[in-house]
Amino acid sequence: MSVISIAAKRGLSLKIIRPWCNLLTNSASSTRVTCLWSSTKVPEAATWEPVPESQLPPPVQVPADLVDKLERLALVDFRTKQGLDCLEKAIRFADQLHVVDTSGVEPMDSVLEDRALNLRGDAVVEGDCAEELLQLSKNTVEEYFVAPPGNIPLPTREERTAMLKHSEF
Amino acid sequence: MNKQMSMLCPKASRVIRRISTSSLRCDSQPQPRAKSAPQQLVGVVGLEVHAQINSNTKLFSGSSVRFSAPPNSLVSFFDASLPGTLPVLNKRCVEAAVMTGLALNCTINRKSLFDRKHYFYADLPSGYQITQQRQPIAVDGTLTYSLLGGTKRSQVIRKTVNIKQIQLEQDSGKSLHDDLRSQTLIDLNRAGVGLMELVMEPDMSCGEEAAAAVRELQLILQALGTCQGNMSEGQMRVDANVSVHKPGEPLGIRAEVKNINSVRCLARAIDYEIQRQIEVLQRGQTVQNETRAYDSKSGETIPMRDKEGLQDYRFMPEPNLPPLIVYEDNASLPTGIDACQAVVVHKIREGLPELPGVKRDRLVQTYGILPEHSFTLVNEDGLVEYFEAVMKVTKKEPRKVIGWVTNELLGHLKEKDMSVSHRFFPGEILNGFHPEGLIIQAI
Repeated sequence: MSVISIAAKRGLSLKIIRPWCNLLTNSASSTRVTCLWSSTKVPEAATWEPVPESQLPPPVQVPADLVDKLERLALVDFRTKQGLDCLEKAIRFADQLHVVDTSGVEPMDSVLEDRALNLRGDAVVEGDCAEELLQLSKNTVEEYFVAPPGNIPLPTREERTAMLKHSEF
Repeated sequence: MNKQMSMLCPKASRVIRRISTSSLRCDSQPQPRAKSAPQQLVGVVGLEVHAQINSNTKLFSGSSVRFSAPPNSLVSFFDASLPGTLPVLNKRCVEAAVMTGLALNCTINRKSLFDRKHYFYADLPSGYQITQQRQPIAVDGTLTYSLLGGTKRSQVIRKTVNIKQIQLEQDSGKSLHDDLRSQTLIDLNRAGVGLMELVMEPDMSCGEEAAAAVRELQLILQALGTCQGNMSEGQMRVDANVSVHKPGEPLGIRAEVKNINSVRCLARAIDYEIQRQIEVLQRGQTVQNETRAYDSKSGETIPMRDKEGLQDYRFMPEPNLPPLIVYEDNASLPTGIDACQAVVVHKIREGLPELPGVKRDRLVQTYGILPEHSFTLVNEDGLVEYFEAVMKVTKKEPRKVIGWVTNELLGHLKEKDMSVSHRFFPGEILNGFHPEGLIIQAI
């Protein structure tokens, strides 16, 4: 579909289409570009449309135990119902990706996929900065960092609410 | 326990009586199957071996790798996961992984990817471990090992275990638990050291097989020089996944056994765990999918502290590392690439040293000694070189020399708590142990 027809479908004013037309035609005629307004590439009105609901998969309901699990794994606090709504809206927004046909396309997980991974020679160049590192920690014992005896389990939702009752967030 | 086992399989009662003192004997002895005996539960063992790569620096940072050093003195800013630091891959670690993959007949993946495995623990400062879960550097290999079986344990039985994959990953720091003051002391010297994780398929059935496989792996890694293989120093760590099932039926629920510090402990821990699971099932209960620690003092496995249930590691691609490309040969190198940036599989393959299995076969061929003696020779560090040096100067038959070596020499060494490689140099006179001198005395 050409750019012009898309623009027409969106009900765009033809004023804006004209500079595009000139760009698409032969470069020889580019000298005849008429600029009645500043030749900005930014359209006046939005040119995209949110994907219609019918094309999206059914909305995901996030169950309470999944929320607890996420909070425990990622140490993220969803706090109130509002937080949960925010999460569900975010998932809905991302659902728009389902419209794109990715069959046969390898997923890209790094923009560096064309670059060669830099390999380092096996020579010692770092280390020996124990004092500097230990200074960063509040609690040290004889050049060791101190940690609690095991993982402290995340307090339950009720306990957390009580703890953060007076917090400004 | 003995009564229950003898009920299951009366013909195996001779073996069963020894369970309390020695390890379970599995298929090393062919046993006549009683047609009327019910199918008994057999163990299924899969191993996960973490081998510390023998390199000067860590996997992603330029800090030194040493066994004992003042706490936190071998830690760079990246190892302490200070913000703003990035990983840079060590070429030696890649070469070590490729070498190990080639020695174990693996397919080397031209392109491998790095991922993050997230979990919280004090000795993992960044909260994630960089590993290769999706596409590791080597897959689909085999490890061939041998058991000494038969009535006099003189028959060499060859077995293979399939290796699912070999991947590069980071080690975590060390935590010293101070139960008195209810705190843990963290030393990050080990954090970031390169590890090769070898994941084996559950092809083994008892502790003896697992111990033999691990011993063979140790010898291979030591021969390659990619890992020093010292289990007591933590250079090679083995976790066993143990389950039981009736042959032909689907695999049972597996339990993971950790904290195994030597090859002998491995055999005992696995046998104990198989026995424990069999008893659990016989009582009508179900085996829990849990992590258990082996206690070498009591010889038992005990459930480990964390009751978090199944961990969800939230694997995600490592955004700071592009794919690792390994080249087959010099012809496939892209133009303009720096030689020190390229890992060429062909070159590594040519540089592989003689593997233990090949060495044993060569000794048997050249000197006509028995296979089980070749095992003894290859098992001791430096003994093969010593034996060959002795063979050069003596006119005695190899079998006689072997007899002397295994009985007299090794006996002497054990008495004085010495090892061959530390003291013996062919042709040197040291504490009266000159090879020619001893031969004249003993034979």
